[in-house]
Amino acid sequence: MAEHTYASVTEKISGDVLSRPIQRLWMVGAICGFILINLLLFSVSWLFFRGIGIWGVNVPVAWGFAITNFVWWIGIGHAGTFISAFLYLMHQQWRGSINRFAEAMTLFAVACAGLFPLLHLGRPWFFYWLLPYPDTMGLWPQFRSPLVWDVFAVSTYLTVSLLFWYVGLIPDLASLRDEARKPWQKVFYGVLCLGWRGSAGHWSRYQSLYMILAGLATPLVVSVHSVVSMDFSVAVVPGWHSTIFPPFFVAGAIFSGFAMVLTIGIPLRKYFDLEDFITIHHLENCAKLLLVTGWIVIYSYAMEDFMAWYSGDIFDRYIQINRAFGDYSPAFWLLMTCNVLTPQLLWFKKVRTHVGALFIISLFIQLGMWTERYVIIVTSLHRDFMPSAWFKYHGSFWDWSTLVGSIGLFIFLFILFVRILPSVAISELRELLHKSRREEFK
Amino acid sequence: MIYGVLAGFETPEDLLRAIKKIRESRFTLFDAYTPFPIEGLDEALGIPENRVGLVALGGGACGATLGFGMQWYANVVAYPMNIAGKPDFSWPAFIPVTFELTILTAALFGALGMLVMNGLPRLYHPIFAVAEFRRASKDRFFICIEAADPLFDVFRVRSFLESLGAMDVREVAFETE
Repeated sequence: MAEHTYASVTEKISGDVLSRPIQRLWMVGAICGFILINLLLFSVSWLFFRGIGIWGVNVPVAWGFAITNFVWWIGIGHAGTFISAFLYLMHQQWRGSINRFAEAMTLFAVACAGLFPLLHLGRPWFFYWLLPYPDTMGLWPQFRSPLVWDVFAVSTYLTVSLLFWYVGLIPDLASLRDEARKPWQKVFYGVLCLGWRGSAGHWSRYQSLYMILAGLATPLVVSVHSVVSMDFSVAVVPGWHSTIFPPFFVAGAIFSGFAMVLTIGIPLRKYFDLEDFITIHHLENCAKLLLVTGWIVIYSYAMEDFMAWYSGDIFDRYIQINRAFGDYSPAFWLLMTCNVLTPQLLWFKKVRTHVGALFIISLFIQLGMWTERYVIIVTSLHRDFMPSAWFKYHGSFWDWSTLVGSIGLFIFLFILFVRILPSVAISELRELLHKSRREEFK
Repeated sequence: MIYGVLAGFETPEDLLRAIKKIRESRFTLFDAYTPFPIEGLDEALGIPENRVGLVALGGGACGATLGFGMQWYANVVAYPMNIAGKPDFSWPAFIPVTFELTILTAALFGALGMLVMNGLPRLYHPIFAVAEFRRASKDRFFICIEAADPLFDVFRVRSFLESLGAMDVREVAFETE
């Protein structure tokens, strides 16, 4: 940062959007994403045509891949707002260079997440029955159900994250408008920035709003995954019915979210030569947060086992043993390897400052977190209270294709985002530069 | 007709010094334009405490009341249903949705309030006609003394701003002929 000026920071980040030619690597990514989106569209069309019988789900395992994917994506979507809001309130200035793309990641992940409960509805064209409105059937949602809370939590989270992201973008869009050379760019960014002038009054209200949104978004982040976890813990299913679920899920969400920040941030800084802004110091901080949240997750695993034993409940005890040694034991041990063992490498500074190692560890954690939700959902459901209801579940081709397709949607949206909008917050970088200079001056 | 006179400064410190001088000369109608928020600028300009927080609070209060009321109406009045023998008005179960709706409305009201009170969206403003103003979103710190100020006189203001060490002093026209 030291050798940069206000002008060089602005020109670098806005130039990446405005004048950088389209490179082959970007094209390859965009095409891959596009192909996978088509896989998603194809899978969803087939689903609408045939119904959810094309998936592997059946009673009692009614919650297979769709809910696993939902919880996984929405968990990934937690780090963005956590970085923007919570770290902002804590005056963690290093957030400045990673918050923008982390917020975009949040939006796209929540968009992917939102698909799955709707697709899983069976009759998805009636999704609006979940909303409270006076209809001719005289029907109202039943507000004692966590599934209805979920609708409000997820849609609020999407809206507030979008608002937070857009408000943060306004001054940067004004920078792009002023840097733009091509007429369409001037019009496009000029309209999007709403005529921002950066006057003192503008900034004053803007900063108040930003602080308020941060204050509102912080408890929101915690509430969203708590509500998601209540979908499980309010049910009486063994292995789900536990008070540890809300904090356990929130920690897991932030754990997977920071892993995704690394998965995205490492190629991004390489591709756009952002090493001056997203430094190894930023990556190391993310790695440390992975270690912290990873240990909260490990503690939760231990507590689940302990409570199952301590409660003396035979169903709970059986589920815990069945997870480790039953039909789904390979998934369980994969989860243990990815989520418990792999993050321990981050104790070593050499690993925390090695870009390649961080990237691979982050992929392992994504895999581990997906498997965790799979294990929680499937192992608890497939061994119900009555052996006559026992069932063996496996994802079908369409389960997999929808999951892979949603990853494609995420990649494609992100790859478009980095070309159209600045992936680092320019005005915040200028402010950081100003502050660091003043400190030198003192 | 002109809108005012615009002057650019190189650093935030120069800007704050200039604002102090301008206020000492008893100008009242002027504004500063900066590429990032500057600490102490509000006090220097005498900008009163803004009301974004109040608007967000009001929005949140509406969301909380209406959200809770809606659930009460839905599950007690319009469509009561016996769920595990719990009372119809089992209010603790209504809290999560009330909380989400409070956050939602507070954030929406706050954001709309910020835009409306800032006079945005306003895609055109006379000041955009000055070519140098493009740097207000990059590396220049501007002051504009407006023509509506009772002490305003183009030549006096120009030379005054130049005497403060301003880089480029430009007149801002209302319309480009």
